[in-house]
Amino acid sequence: MNKLYIFLKYFFIVVWTVFVVAPFLWALTTSFKDFQSVNGGVTYIPWVDFEPNLEGWKVLIKSPARGGVDIIEPYFNSLFVTCTASLISIILGTLSAYALSRYTFKAGFVKNNDITFFFISQRIMPPIVLSIPFFLFLSSINLLDSLTGLIVVYIVLLMPIAVWIMVDFFNKVPREIDETALIDGCNPYQAFLKVVLPNSIPGLIVAGMFCIIFGWIDFFFAFILTFTEVQLLPVKIVALNSSVTPWWSLSASALVSVAPLIIVAFIVERYLSKGNLSGAIK
Amino acid sequence: MDLIANNLSYKPDDQYHLNEVSFNFKEGNLYTILGRTLSGKTTLLKTIAGLLTPDSGKIEFDGKNFLKVPVWERNVAMVYQQFINYPHLNVFENIAFPLKQRKIDQSIINEKVMDALKSVGLLGYENRKIQELSGGQQQRVSLARSLVKNAKILLLDEPLVNLDYKLREQLRDEFKNLFSKGLADETILIYSTTDPRETMELNGEVIVLDEGKVLQVGPAKEIFENPNSLKVAEISNDPPMNIIEAKISDNQIRFEGIDVEAPQHLSKLTEDGLKIGLRSSDIELNENGHEFEVELAEISGSETLLHLKRGDTKIIVSIEEVLNFKIHDKVKINFKIDRAYAFCADGKLASSPFGGLNG
Repeated sequence: MNKLYIFLKYFFIVVWTVFVVAPFLWALTTSFKDFQSVNGGVTYIPWVDFEPNLEGWKVLIKSPARGGVDIIEPYFNSLFVTCTASLISIILGTLSAYALSRYTFKAGFVKNNDITFFFISQRIMPPIVLSIPFFLFLSSINLLDSLTGLIVVYIVLLMPIAVWIMVDFFNKVPREIDETALIDGCNPYQAFLKVVLPNSIPGLIVAGMFCIIFGWIDFFFAFILTFTEVQLLPVKIVALNSSVTPWWSLSASALVSVAPLIIVAFIVERYLSKGNLSGAIK
Repeated sequence: MDLIANNLSYKPDDQYHLNEVSFNFKEGNLYTILGRTLSGKTTLLKTIAGLLTPDSGKIEFDGKNFLKVPVWERNVAMVYQQFINYPHLNVFENIAFPLKQRKIDQSIINEKVMDALKSVGLLGYENRKIQELSGGQQQRVSLARSLVKNAKILLLDEPLVNLDYKLREQLRDEFKNLFSKGLADETILIYSTTDPRETMELNGEVIVLDEGKVLQVGPAKEIFENPNSLKVAEISNDPPMNIIEAKISDNQIRFEGIDVEAPQHLSKLTEDGLKIGLRSSDIELNENGHEFEVELAEISGSETLLHLKRGDTKIIVSIEEVLNFKIHDKVKINFKIDRAYAFCADGKLASSPFGGLNG
């Protein structure tokens, strides 16, 4: 029984690992191939199966005039928009989540839970429903095709995630901790900053991670709300596709675009293994 | 500097949490708030701390309107029944927190924190994380944090209730020592509890609270000897006082076919619907006594609690030794009737063996 359990455990871990890692390996090898190696049957091992070259990667940094796509500017645009929008969303979201968790709001039949649900409901709607209002809104304030406009829209999209995660988190932090801080001489702002917030770091990290992921991978709004002035990475990658699918540069760009998320995941994992996430609140 | 409350009421839903509560607490004294769970003890302490604002009523401290002072300027300290500390700080930083908040010099903070650690017996633990401490130690940390402030008002909300039996006894003794020598003369100490024994041991001024209402105020001894009503007698005894519906006539107390000669302080009572109150410790096993049937026998510590029944009358007897009984066993008991109380039909004390009212 026990042996069977161990066998099954490792069996599924191996299956899952292959399932997760294989696409990365496939993309990695493909990014070093050229037209012939891709279309000449199944090949995996560089120098044995095929001769690796850097064409796929070079396309990404060449200017369009020289036959490349130049993803460097869209890359930094994406980083800037995602980080700024995530940061603002986390700050606003944490503040509203704390208010929703600790104070009672009432306007007719609308109470705290309804307000929290209102935030989440923004994510329930299909993006296509929001696209026209967003488009009209941004054009009316002259922010179409600009980084600022994208940041504004992304805050609307990301803040609900932060509110949702943080409300739940603050509800688990005993109210008595805030009260003790007040009794110990903190005013409500100090109680929040000196006591509640330091004990909510795990929640902040989770919320931040989700904001960064959802901001980074968004294609739809980046596609609709920008034209020529500003481009974000996901849109640019799609632009790679032409009459002949350039598998090599698509693979390279896929790896480049997933890199920041992998870095975020490693940082969070490091933090997790240090035991900082668990046991902060009993 | 006295703490005076006038007709405090608080009714957040359809029930009173505080109902016209008034008191006059004098500096340097220990006040015990005794009441069952949900009687409004925590509400009262939170109101004094400023965490709750009563719907009506006044609190004055040092002659000033206390309700206008925000919590963080009130200079109170509070220990909760749950062990509340700051999980992100270590033991030293936890205790130093209120002092840092006052921007006191670091060397003075060090000195004071060490003193506080010493007085709660946690020297050597200053660099530990809170999560690494046991429940009792965590509660000591929060006690140290409230002592270090030299607060004018120290509130303890059932501080021992979540500890196991042994630790509770130990900490209770330490509390008594701390309270008797460690506190400044001008501190008002308010201690809430559900435990009558704790109340008697702390031996302060007792406020009996029930459903948000003050039932009786007086020294612990007075509450124990002369509870002014049936309710107070129930709340201030553990196990609760036995209440027996009886008739008194011809100098005899009659119930369930038993006749007991009435002691002097009960003999003159003649009204209908009298209830006789007798503590579980004032009933003893006796070969020549009256026969009762065992409903349940529980052993708690070195005591045996016998739940007995005769007709419609149910009583609890506590015996100071461990004895084994089976359900439906017959036992014979005797009443120490000269220690019996009598309550009127409306629950008011009619007579007590310690000279209350008609006695």
